[in-house]
Amino acid sequence: MSIPNQPDNIRPDVAFSVRRIGAMVRRYIYLIRSSWPRIVSMFYWPTLQILIWGFIQMYLIENSSFFAAAAGVLLGAVLLWDVMFRGQLGFSLSFFEEIWSRNLGHLLVSPLRMSEFILALMVMSSLRTLIAVIPAAIIAYLIFDFSIISLGFVLAAFLISLLTFGWAIGLIVAGLALRYGQSAEELAWALLFALAPIAAIYYPVAILPDWLEGVAYALPLAHVFEGLRAVIIDGAIRWDHLAWSFGLNAVYISLGVAAFLFFYEQARERGMLLQLGE
Amino acid sequence: MISNATNKVLARMNFESPYVDLPKRLTVRENLTVYAELYGIVDVKLRIEELATELDLKDFIDRGTGTLSAGQKTRVGLAKAFVNKPEVLLLDEPTASLDPDTADWVRQHFADYKAKTGAAILLASHNMSEVERLADNVVMMNKGRIVDEGAPDDLISRYGRINLEEVFIDIARNRRAPSREEEGSAVEELLKFEPGQDTDKIDESPS
Repeated sequence: MSIPNQPDNIRPDVAFSVRRIGAMVRRYIYLIRSSWPRIVSMFYWPTLQILIWGFIQMYLIENSSFFAAAAGVLLGAVLLWDVMFRGQLGFSLSFFEEIWSRNLGHLLVSPLRMSEFILALMVMSSLRTLIAVIPAAIIAYLIFDFSIISLGFVLAAFLISLLTFGWAIGLIVAGLALRYGQSAEELAWALLFALAPIAAIYYPVAILPDWLEGVAYALPLAHVFEGLRAVIIDGAIRWDHLAWSFGLNAVYISLGVAAFLFFYEQARERGMLLQLGE
Repeated sequence: MISNATNKVLARMNFESPYVDLPKRLTVRENLTVYAELYGIVDVKLRIEELATELDLKDFIDRGTGTLSAGQKTRVGLAKAFVNKPEVLLLDEPTASLDPDTADWVRQHFADYKAKTGAAILLASHNMSEVERLADNVVMMNKGRIVDEGAPDDLISRYGRINLEEVFIDIARNRRAPSREEEGSAVEELLKFEPGQDTDKIDESPS
């Protein structure tokens, strides 16, 4: 197929454009900047969570030799769980903003590639997570004397692993919203909590019934939180858990992208993309 | 590959529909900036200034898009549609729910753009006076299938009607245009029917 020459007013088309990703990130920043409730809601719950769990931890330290020796195990878990929850929510909510504003049709006929759209959502998820978790981490340090930074470089590995899993869930939720409409929004809030009982956030996997342990270890979450406890309680880095979490994340993010593209194609073929909205 | 070709031409097309909005919380300038960047416009600020002048947006360019009147929103929608000076413009019911004055202004703008740039416009509309005014070629569809095609005047003449709206009603009620051979007698037949007449009664009418 031959295409007439590119006009002077537009840049030559490239298969992957950082500029287009930047445009989408800019769109979400404009939105957040224009709405103080959106800003407050980002750090409101993580701040409350850390205060509640911080006081619970103080109480437990006074009454339990285990928690006295492993101070920070609860606060570390709360902060990392929030990283993943906010990461998933940041991805899903940014996507839902397009449905709520009925803007998706304009984006889908623009030169924006699906891969760029997904990457922009990942960038926004990371930014929203930082805005959510940094105030909570500062409170944990100032009031409860727990520094998440003290975990060392392994913290970065935990964060990447948790964000990646959050994005995988976010992709599935976004895909379901394309295919089944805005009612799938409820899943954005609920889906991750369905995994919480077997994610071993506040207790070790060994507490679970035998048959559930295998299921728990099929999730990257259990490996991250086991790794977190190993660092705080034993001062050891469990490379095996880190390797498993990254390996499993590679599988889950691939499944997430495949599910999103599958639902997108289904929605496109059924002519549903322009009907999404409030 | 077709998909590569599609991606290459997307920057040179654009789309407007009253059923798709721009984000309401963003200002007009912010929305246009985002879309200018997405479409790879070389000088974004200059292009937005041009559009603001051309479509008279200057008084409200820094206001939230959701706070604008219907007429102002329409002009902003057009600015987004013209941001990349498209060579192909896809329009889905572009004047649906607009008052007659604004709708006329919008149609004139499309007609002027087409005349000035030679752009191709693909218009999906149920407003047949709009189609008559803007289209060089009309494809009539019924239940997702193409049932007839031609220049507006040609269709009107073939169906023996006085405007495209009557042709539309004929097609919607399965009254097909006669073939060239049948044309003489069938046009006479069609002329007996009024657009408001019930289909069943039409079918039972004596020939």
